[in-house]
Amino acid sequence: MKNKKKRNVICTAVLSVIVVALIYYANNYLDAYIVRILNLCAIYTIIGLSMNLINGFTGLFSLGQAGFMAIGAYTVAIFTLPIDMRSTIYYMEPMNGAIANIHLEFVPALLLGGIFAGIAAFLIGAPVLRLRGDYLAIATLGFSEIIRILLTNWQSVTNGALGINKIPDNANNMWWSFGISIIVLILISLLIRSSYGRAFKAIREDDIAAEAMGISLFKHKVMSFVIGGFFAGIGGGLYASLLGTVDPKQFYFTLTYNFLLIIVLGGMGSISGTVIASFIVTGGLELLRGFDEPLTIAGYEISLFRPGFSMVIFSVLLMVIVLFYRKGLMGRTELSWDRLFNFFAKIKSRFSPKTAREGGAK
Amino acid sequence: MKTKDMAIDQIIDKNIVLRTENMTMQFGGVVAVDNLHLTIREHQIVALIGPNGAGKTTAFNMITGVYTPSSGKIFLQGEDITGMKPDKITRMGVARTFQNIRLFKDLTVFENIIIAKHFSMKSNVLSATLRLPGAVREEKRMREESEALLERMGLADVRNDIASSLPYGQQRHLEIARALATGPNLLLLDEPAAGMNPQETEDLTASIKQIQQDFNLTVFLIEHHMDLVMEISDRIYVLDFGQTIGRGTPAEIQNNQRVVEAYLGVDDDAEN
Amino acid sequence: MTLELFLQNLANAIAVGSLYALIAVGYTMVYGILRLINFAHGDIFMMAAYFTFFGIADFHLPWYFACIFVIVLTAGLGMLIERVAYRPLRDAPKDSILVSAIGVSFLLENLANYLFTGKPKAFPDFLGLMSTISLGSVTIQKVALVVPVVLIICMAILLFVINKTKLGMAMRAVSKDYEIARVMGININLVIAATFGIGSSLAAVGVILWGMKYPQVSPLMGVMPGLKCFVAAVIGGIGNIKGAVLGGFILGLIEVMLVAFLQPLTGYRDAFAFILLILVLLVKPTGLIGEKTTEKV
Repeated sequence: MKNKKKRNVICTAVLSVIVVALIYYANNYLDAYIVRILNLCAIYTIIGLSMNLINGFTGLFSLGQAGFMAIGAYTVAIFTLPIDMRSTIYYMEPMNGAIANIHLEFVPALLLGGIFAGIAAFLIGAPVLRLRGDYLAIATLGFSEIIRILLTNWQSVTNGALGINKIPDNANNMWWSFGISIIVLILISLLIRSSYGRAFKAIREDDIAAEAMGISLFKHKVMSFVIGGFFAGIGGGLYASLLGTVDPKQFYFTLTYNFLLIIVLGGMGSISGTVIASFIVTGGLELLRGFDEPLTIAGYEISLFRPGFSMVIFSVLLMVIVLFYRKGLMGRTELSWDRLFNFFAKIKSRFSPKTAREGGAK
Repeated sequence: MKTKDMAIDQIIDKNIVLRTENMTMQFGGVVAVDNLHLTIREHQIVALIGPNGAGKTTAFNMITGVYTPSSGKIFLQGEDITGMKPDKITRMGVARTFQNIRLFKDLTVFENIIIAKHFSMKSNVLSATLRLPGAVREEKRMREESEALLERMGLADVRNDIASSLPYGQQRHLEIARALATGPNLLLLDEPAAGMNPQETEDLTASIKQIQQDFNLTVFLIEHHMDLVMEISDRIYVLDFGQTIGRGTPAEIQNNQRVVEAYLGVDDDAEN
Repeated sequence: MTLELFLQNLANAIAVGSLYALIAVGYTMVYGILRLINFAHGDIFMMAAYFTFFGIADFHLPWYFACIFVIVLTAGLGMLIERVAYRPLRDAPKDSILVSAIGVSFLLENLANYLFTGKPKAFPDFLGLMSTISLGSVTIQKVALVVPVVLIICMAILLFVINKTKLGMAMRAVSKDYEIARVMGININLVIAATFGIGSSLAAVGVILWGMKYPQVSPLMGVMPGLKCFVAAVIGGIGNIKGAVLGGFILGLIEVMLVAFLQPLTGYRDAFAFILLILVLLVKPTGLIGEKTTEKV
């Protein structure tokens, strides 16, 4: 047992060094386009994890992540926008006096976005989390839309439908995006492995039994929802910073479907699954965009490939997973060093001399 | 022991653990439980029997807070708990098992047990997540207590098995262990012997007696297996269509004409 | 607010309410039977709009053929979706089928975007229903007069089917208790397919009239109406057909009147439905005329 633990720690340390080296390399030497995709993967991981916390681990069917993202995104957009730019961008209606002169650095703005999103999650969650299954889904979806509509109409604060651009793109630096993602990943893992994480899982398994075992459903459901909302807000802030612009149309509730696909593909209830899936989905979406261009082979244009094709494939993929691979890639299990080594040991034993001898003797 | 009537019950209330007064449950036009008066004393084993649909589980659900009684009151150690939420009642020392096992199916045996200790954690979610010293100490305590309980209940070797993979009898046993993990004074068992063969029922009977002694509990159970009931109960209440049709010691109940006609006359093997 | 303006808005509200009612009934029927919120209902509605567009504008069918063509196709689409995306998951945990419904919705939207492009198409005008007519000092579209009539006819037919036919009785049985109905020998698959077929047909009828009022056909046109009509169904009492109609009218009335009386809130029009939804879910989740169910522990 002790040896295994030592081995695992060494492996993790080695992996960390490799990851840091890769980030350094990618940040400085890779094409800007690829860096942007990688950053998007990292950001989507954060939001996927936040959604999985609520949906996969606590069993609450929430479709509200887009709304929380939007809050975080707009907070960062509004407060990191350089003050001298504000009047040009808010040309239809000047920025609200109370905030017009407040400028925050990236990290405080990010945290503030998370906090605002968390507060929204509390206000929404407290009344709504007692609803069952599909009702909760629709209610959270409704709130996500209400948030978006509010943002569209609150001209003096959010610049309404015009959106905000020229947001400082701190998140384009891989150290920020990946760094924060890794921190979030660690925090959520620690949370899930704590007593509170077990309480969340108990609620998912059987909330009536959980309550009978002394767990306050209200307190823990709201807790999970608020934490998820907080991290979604952080993800949203990074998203705004990466893209450099925000506008309400980006946060239509269909954005949440991306994350639904990620957590379903990865396995609702698996952290490593979500991480893997967000890279597959985000990267995949980019690759699939190639299918949106007309393809000509030997002078014949294949009209199959045109705008929208990638999204059709994406949707079909979601359906296939839901219908045939409900558990997703990892189900509720996690990647761990132990599993990895056991897997290799099995393969090794198939090729070992002993079994070969036994096979020959037959 | 002579059957005491209600007025005297109320006067000598020093060691009454649970008392209900006119506890009634009405669903639309149906009265599931009609003015139930229960008195359960410390360290007693009390049984609630009656035909299927008599309202027994509904009574349990009212006592544990799952349903709020349409009328009447419930007192736990003298305190009015009518309408309190289930988790609060559990924290006051009441634990239960369910008629149709409600284990945390996909979690391990160990996790099922340690989750029942979560409410005793004083550290908040932030300290637990960040593994601050206080939280780490509490986690350690909960783990040790859970391991000890598993040993005591003979479940230590299956501690890492997924709960739903256990054989039926062991699952029922685990449910009782999980209830015990909450550290109760009053243990409510809803048909603990359901689906068990005579041998298993005998083992369970001995088990309940042992647990009641070891953990210093008061036990209130619903059961159809009459041999179990008659053997371990100090007192029995009989329900039929929500009405209380008998109360007293096992001997008194067995001689109660009304009860025999309504319920005991039926061969209890037919219930299985 | 003059009397004319009030009457104008009232007429509008009735028209909008009837449209919402037609679509809400489809939702409520499916929920009553399967306890499933068919997220794809709004997108089936959208596909029906495209069918109408192609039927009349492309194939130049005469209007009576086109209507039948659209209704049949849409019913077929609804039943196909049920067969492929919902039936296999009937015994799966509740959440899977919900995710599937979301997936279907998403797929239909993207399919429409891919096949028909995102550029809005103009809904065809037949029977001149898009043109307006003056009743005294009130000017309304002709379709606004037709919609309530169509609604009444559809409701009459539907209630007849539900209450007086064997199929209707089977549907009521399945919605009361799925397991018992199955054990009793009722052909569950047939009943569910029929429910989807009828619900989708109603959506098709709804869109044929809707398109006259809001003539833009685009891949996402069904999203808002779909959500709002679900809200309408919940307000009235989900699972209850009369409730859906009631809910549709209430929603239509509130939307139109609120915007008419409180002009500055026009941008928030879509939010009303959601606010209403949340209020209803919190105060009386079973809706105005729904039935209460208690969970057995």
